[in-house]
Amino acid sequence: MDVPVTRELASDLVWPPGGVTRVPFRVFSDPAIYAEEQRRLFRGPIWNFLCLEIELPNPGDWRLATVGDVPVVVTRDEHGTIHAMVNRCAHKGALVCLQERGNAKALTCVYHSWSYDLAGRLQSVAFRHGIRGKGGMPEDFDAAQHRLEPLRIEVFSGVVFGTFSDATVPVEDYLGATMARMIRRNLGRPHRLLGMHSQIIHNNWKLYAENVRDSYHATLLHTFYTTFKVNRLDMDGGMLLSDDGRHSISYARRGTLQQSDEYQKVHSAQYDSALAAPQLLDTWTEFDDGITHCIQTIFPTLVVQLTLNSLAVRFFTPRGIDRTELFWIYLGYQDDTEQQTRQRLMQSNLTGAAGLVSLEDGCINEFVQRGTRGSENRNAFLEMGGREVASSDGSRATETGIRGFWQGYRELMGV
Amino acid sequence: MTVREAIEELCADYAEAIDDGQLERWPGLFTADGEYQIITRESHDAGLPIGILYCDSRAMMEDRVRALRTANIYEPHAYRHLLGRPRFAPDGDGLAVRSNFCVFRIAQDGDTVTFATGRYMDRIVSDGGALRFRSRRVIIDSRRVDILLVLPL
Repeated sequence: MDVPVTRELASDLVWPPGGVTRVPFRVFSDPAIYAEEQRRLFRGPIWNFLCLEIELPNPGDWRLATVGDVPVVVTRDEHGTIHAMVNRCAHKGALVCLQERGNAKALTCVYHSWSYDLAGRLQSVAFRHGIRGKGGMPEDFDAAQHRLEPLRIEVFSGVVFGTFSDATVPVEDYLGATMARMIRRNLGRPHRLLGMHSQIIHNNWKLYAENVRDSYHATLLHTFYTTFKVNRLDMDGGMLLSDDGRHSISYARRGTLQQSDEYQKVHSAQYDSALAAPQLLDTWTEFDDGITHCIQTIFPTLVVQLTLNSLAVRFFTPRGIDRTELFWIYLGYQDDTEQQTRQRLMQSNLTGAAGLVSLEDGCINEFVQRGTRGSENRNAFLEMGGREVASSDGSRATETGIRGFWQGYRELMGV
Repeated sequence: MTVREAIEELCADYAEAIDDGQLERWPGLFTADGEYQIITRESHDAGLPIGILYCDSRAMMEDRVRALRTANIYEPHAYRHLLGRPRFAPDGDGLAVRSNFCVFRIAQDGDTVTFATGRYMDRIVSDGGALRFRSRRVIIDSRRVDILLVLPL
């Protein structure tokens, strides 16, 4: 499914002057662009998050996923190998697996009982030789020519990635050294699932991709961060980008806070900071690098978060042009004590659909979606922290991570 | 009042406090060490500890109310709870109570949607002469929350 790179888009989008410091609002609402993204981006040379390896502990386990709009099933076969296939029968195109997750020896389409092994190879076709010698497939029917369309997969630190493109470089090269190191730091140890839910946000998926790379907004919109000194820009921190700008890490060291006068002027710092139940923010030091807050984005739609001791994977996927599903997958490590699990439970209050420091993101991107209606020919302005796509060590008052996203987007979309 | 009437009174008072916007009354319907959790049915059935919102005490619920009044940012909206008939049984020093709910969300532009359906799994005890929740577990049927969740269910 490789996509030739051309400058021609099915839509007539022309990027405005100013490069990645300008984003035409039209990209959030134009159906032709949405369709083009499905082809060039999600089915192009990128790694898509499919699921976590711990979601498939046993041979025969399978779970559903999506790559853009495409329904996918991820399996673990009888030898323990993980596979991913389009969840579309090779016969008529019906969904093969219907439940969100399950365990089976074979995957069988309910429509006409075409049955596949856990690697997606067609094993049997009902009535292949007809009934009592009549009907059936032609003599030259070759089961080997019909299978569930495979994705290439790679498992990195327990994360199952999938791609449709032969041109996608290995995951470690895709991430680059800095990003790979941080994923290993946070997910490299055996981890376990503590909970999950999702959120429907009423905006184009790219607005969340921007939002989660936006270290500028985090402490302004999310009052709770600032007030309770979980994450502020006057802590030692920065915004690290991969060499290609597509992935980012926003990090802070809570132990280094030196309160800055600039915060006296912002709304978010005006809130009186005494908690009646301070146990919410009881933390312990998990890593000796001093980093207490880390939001890592992996292009295009994956986020790994370690905020204090709240470890989570976020994944967002388009459900239409102005509808996105955002998944929150809360994790702990297998060797966590009961007390540590309890503290992760307490701190799970910070993020998620009801998160004290994240619930605003459920509506803020919708405010942009609504605010830009009728302004499709106008542009967003992204010059905070300069006009470059580069790491910003020492300051997160920058939009460099967002510019990096658009740089990658433009390369893949050819605009 | 019969036990049933007292339980129904507490459940109705709970819904009224939230639907009428008297959220400051909400923590007081729990014991001081009362627990409150909202979790999806999927996570509840899988026995997972983390849901969508968790408070381990009345104080933590008070922090939630203070945060949503003064810190959190969201479009104004209200809820309307419809409650099912509670079923209950003695449980240690209190009662184990289960009831169904449906919560509609009314946005400022009038848009009214079914925001959540599910069941309450409660432990209710007599506390200072009144019935209070020692724990209320809100198990929502869907894994999805529409937009955000800031008012308690």
